[in-house]
Amino acid sequence: MTTPLAMRTYHFKIYRYDPDKDAKPYMQDISVVCDPMDKKLLDAMVKLKAKDDSLSFRRSCREGVCGSDAMNINGKNGLACLTDLAAFPEGKPIVLRPLPGLPVVRDLIVDMTQFFKQYLSIKPYLVNDDPLPERERLQSPEDREELNGLYECIMCACCTTACPSFWWNPDKFVGPAGLLAAYRFIADTRDQATNERLDNLEDPYRLFRCHTIMNCVDVCPKGLNPTKAIGKIKEMLVQRAV
Amino acid sequence: MTYTVRKFDAVVVGAGGAGLRAALQLSESGLKTAVLTKVFPTRSHTVAAQGGVAASLGNSEEDNWHWHMYDTIKGSDWLGDQDAIEFMCRQANQAVVELEHYGMPFDRVDNGKIYQRPFGGHMSNFGEKPVRRSCAAADRTGHAMLHALYQRNIKVNTQFFVEWQALDLIRDADGEVLGVVAMDMETSEVVAFHAKATIFATGGAGRVYYSSTNAFINTGDGLGMAARAGIPLEDMEFWQFHPTGVAGAGVLITEGVRGEGGILRNADGERFMERYAPNAKDLASRDVVSRSMLTEINEGRGAGPYKDYVYLDLTHLDPQVILKRLPSIHEIGIQFAGVDCLKEYIPVVPTCHYQMGGIPTNRFGQVVVTKGNDLSSPVPGFYAAGECACASVHGANRLGTNSLLDLLVFGKSSGEAAVASIRENVKAHKPLPVDAIEKSLARLDRLNTQKGGSNVHETRVLMQRTMQKHAGVFRFSQLLKEGVDKILEVAQAVARTEIQDKSKVFNTARIEALELDNLIEVAKATMISAEARKESRGAHVRDDAHDTPETPDGRDDQNWLKHTLWHRDGNRLDYKPVQMKPLSVATIELKKRTY
Repeated sequence: MTTPLAMRTYHFKIYRYDPDKDAKPYMQDISVVCDPMDKKLLDAMVKLKAKDDSLSFRRSCREGVCGSDAMNINGKNGLACLTDLAAFPEGKPIVLRPLPGLPVVRDLIVDMTQFFKQYLSIKPYLVNDDPLPERERLQSPEDREELNGLYECIMCACCTTACPSFWWNPDKFVGPAGLLAAYRFIADTRDQATNERLDNLEDPYRLFRCHTIMNCVDVCPKGLNPTKAIGKIKEMLVQRAV
Repeated sequence: MTYTVRKFDAVVVGAGGAGLRAALQLSESGLKTAVLTKVFPTRSHTVAAQGGVAASLGNSEEDNWHWHMYDTIKGSDWLGDQDAIEFMCRQANQAVVELEHYGMPFDRVDNGKIYQRPFGGHMSNFGEKPVRRSCAAADRTGHAMLHALYQRNIKVNTQFFVEWQALDLIRDADGEVLGVVAMDMETSEVVAFHAKATIFATGGAGRVYYSSTNAFINTGDGLGMAARAGIPLEDMEFWQFHPTGVAGAGVLITEGVRGEGGILRNADGERFMERYAPNAKDLASRDVVSRSMLTEINEGRGAGPYKDYVYLDLTHLDPQVILKRLPSIHEIGIQFAGVDCLKEYIPVVPTCHYQMGGIPTNRFGQVVVTKGNDLSSPVPGFYAAGECACASVHGANRLGTNSLLDLLVFGKSSGEAAVASIRENVKAHKPLPVDAIEKSLARLDRLNTQKGGSNVHETRVLMQRTMQKHAGVFRFSQLLKEGVDKILEVAQAVARTEIQDKSKVFNTARIEALELDNLIEVAKATMISAEARKESRGAHVRDDAHDTPETPDGRDDQNWLKHTLWHRDGNRLDYKPVQMKPLSVATIELKKRTY
């Protein structure tokens, strides 16, 4: 029993730039035939790369947990591996660009140095100077639940590179991903550095450049809410001041 | 020719769980350490582990390491080395507690301790009934673990070389390992990393099969490099097919689903595992469950238009439990199977998941080879840990949650062994051989100048389909024989791959070609080792191994209770005995394996 496979051709406009040979970036028109087994944008891109091996992008887990294949898809940041092919309207090319606001290394690969610098700047590790117990530290299920919606970040940079405040001040504004990570440690009952963490963020740029535009929430492929976490940090700073 | 040499006390290749755990040991000791990784650390495949890490903490019911050790040996179908297994199971509690101290957000039970769930093959009281041993952070345990380990490495200032592809091991005429040659992916610069200790933590090679739960990056780079440097690969015929990959997509659905009460059903809705494993049922070990599923499918009880998958049923579970303990599975069901698992069954098939074999090591992570009468003589300067290594704790079949434990325990022990060795020999770096980077440059040069060669993508797919057909869940003597010829043919195509993209800037076409060089070594090792092993054991089950009183379920302990060693040079095989003697307790004696 064989049913004819419903093939569909997808047309793309893809940002291409190889500093080794291109004077300037250009948009490449390219198309690929996909079969019903190709469910996600990444599946189509793998087929595109088989056709043109110079097309460059990062990818790894293909299931939305490693955060490699973030890109700008028809104007919106997202992960190629979690984007349904079937949802693209027929007759219109799919436009792929690198994440905005970061330097392009090549094609869809951006230089994420600035993004990771901001992550590192919030001291993203647990601080607890108590003598280590023999066994695990205890934490109530309720306290542990405070970390839900925070620890799941995959550092794909969809949020931070969708944030106008980051585009304007990438060196000064921590950005939504970094601030979400900061709050992940502030919210952890095992962490003892809350005051230092708040000091580190009490700055007109690092935290307060967030103007609750909420692009971050709109694009997060994991459904996380950095704006809410940022709001909680701001609230704590206000409470600390009074 | 002149080239850049960078000197470190230690070089770790790979920044998944094992590499990061080893790096902690080295960085905390103050040694100058470099971690090379082809992806940013948190993109490593450890991130995709879901269900948990095994440790007999006994937080919810009685448990102890001896039961865990028994289960692991039984799960391995007695091919695991009992000394290494005892070591791992005894280290487990400490390994997990350390992670908690690093800040890993484990789920908790009401008394504040780490949450534990049942998992396949993990039983109490030497195989009696399932026990809660898997320490979990929802169904994102690998993600939580990898991030916690990376964060801890930030705290201790580990030096990372991110997006560097390791090309070849540097091994001198005495057989000593003196570092690796690696390439900066952004610029294509080739550098020799000169080190007193080199630790491989490069992960598995699951992409050698067509249908795999593994990430694109799992290309067996460490195995390829080791094999090219004359190190044999151990027990490569043993590949785990995880029972529950999403049909079609291959994406993993954790065994934790069954740990939380999920059930496998055939097209008739029957809970068929009751027939195959009356005691453990859906929580039998993975090789047993995968074979049972395929037997159902082969006998016409598969579901779907082509009757080629079975169902994973969670619909009877409390929706709150699913959303709390298995939130990612709920998302994966919607994303990759198009079903809401609160209300519908998930279509699943056994999917290539884990490589039990690898670079032979002892329990200290030292890579060992045969030297005269010594069957496990350490290679000076060379260590391996995690999926790329074969300690051997998983033998012929790994238990779920033992992989995360493996990478923690042997990541740490290899780091400790490297630190001790560097401290003992305070002398300067042994000089690099004059041709240290020649082999790597020759490979790159060949790739840059190849004309009329084979297409990388097509060759890789051909290899993957050959592996899938000839060395799958059930193995057939005739198919294996043909498989050897076919894989050697594919290897010839791999030797003449051609890329169109010659750019020096982040050339992923070149990286994929180099990865294929590594994958093909794994494919050859697997096919040749599998063809030669004339018995059924664990994940290696063949049609011509029959169930007799002397060979229960086709397992032939008389002739095959031994580790395979595949040598790249001449595709030669030899064997070494299984270590049946544990460190402190009595041998777990051979017996027929039932669940």
